[in-house]
Amino acid sequence: MKARTALIWAAIILLTVLPLWFAVVPPAEPGSEAPAAFSGADSRAQQAIGAIAPNYKPWFAPLFEPPSGEIASLLFALQAALGAGVIGFWLGMSVARERAQQAPVQESHAD
Amino acid sequence: MHIMEGFLPPAHSLGWAAVSIPFLAWGLRSMARDLQAHPERRMLLGVASAFAFLLSALKLPSVTGSCSHPTGVGLGALLFGPAAMVPVGFVVLLFQALLLAHGGLTTLGANVFSMAIVGPFVSYGVFRAAAAIGLSRAVAVFAAACIGDLATYLTTSAQLAWAFPDPVGGMGASFAKFAGIFALTQLPIAISEGLLTVLVVNAMTRFNAHELRLLPVMAHVKGKAA
Repeated sequence: MKARTALIWAAIILLTVLPLWFAVVPPAEPGSEAPAAFSGADSRAQQAIGAIAPNYKPWFAPLFEPPSGEIASLLFALQAALGAGVIGFWLGMSVARERAQQAPVQESHAD
Repeated sequence: MHIMEGFLPPAHSLGWAAVSIPFLAWGLRSMARDLQAHPERRMLLGVASAFAFLLSALKLPSVTGSCSHPTGVGLGALLFGPAAMVPVGFVVLLFQALLLAHGGLTTLGANVFSMAIVGPFVSYGVFRAAAAIGLSRAVAVFAAACIGDLATYLTTSAQLAWAFPDPVGGMGASFAKFAGIFALTQLPIAISEGLLTVLVVNAMTRFNAHELRLLPVMAHVKGKAA
């Protein structure tokens, strides 16, 4: 079980890291610039819309935009931290609960 | 899979919102009922929501040279049923639309439909089917989370193809183009999401065996522990 968990973690890390070297960046669409390496798929889709319907104008703008890329990553990190914090709390509590359940048995054994 | 603010024509925006709202109401009701009947499930529901929060904030590099993020809603769909994940996905998408200019209010209905409705329901269906044909829990969980994630991105591609048919090739050509951007990028990310979901479910079966036994969904594969 433990070895399998480690194997799964290794697979996840490899799947995430390997594309950094082996990714194929697609060539530029006619009528638009070549996409930057590792830009978001969302903005690629936006470029594709520009290529298909060059006359389309977005009819609504975001109410609030992060003033810079740094602020945007701050907010994304905050979102991830919230999620990771709750998961960490649950894992920590679960491990402690498991130990607490096992501890009295061991103590009575020692006596 | 976030369709950017203003990037769906008004009729599409309204249409997708109209489709998503009943699901959201259903999800809220089923979630409230479930928690009232089983307050001990609050912790696991919190973990499933946190999982969606965490995963949808991680933009991972992919083989297509672009980045995309997993959705994380498959886990909760397996535990609490697909409807319960609609409000969770809605909150994540609303947070990103309001604070991150990622997605948008006018495209919220369409994005909720792909990430918070199609994803969880496909995950749930795949899980039930995999359990029915006797696959082990780990394989069923992996397939459910992975295919649900891909389904979300295929839905986004279809939504964009419908709104922006190619002037020459029509909707089919458009769909091929958007699916090439979204679904291809998503392949390795969906596999990662499937694997991560297996890890969390494994941890839950170790630490929360009692609560899991009482969840109707997991009962289908009881006794076939990984």
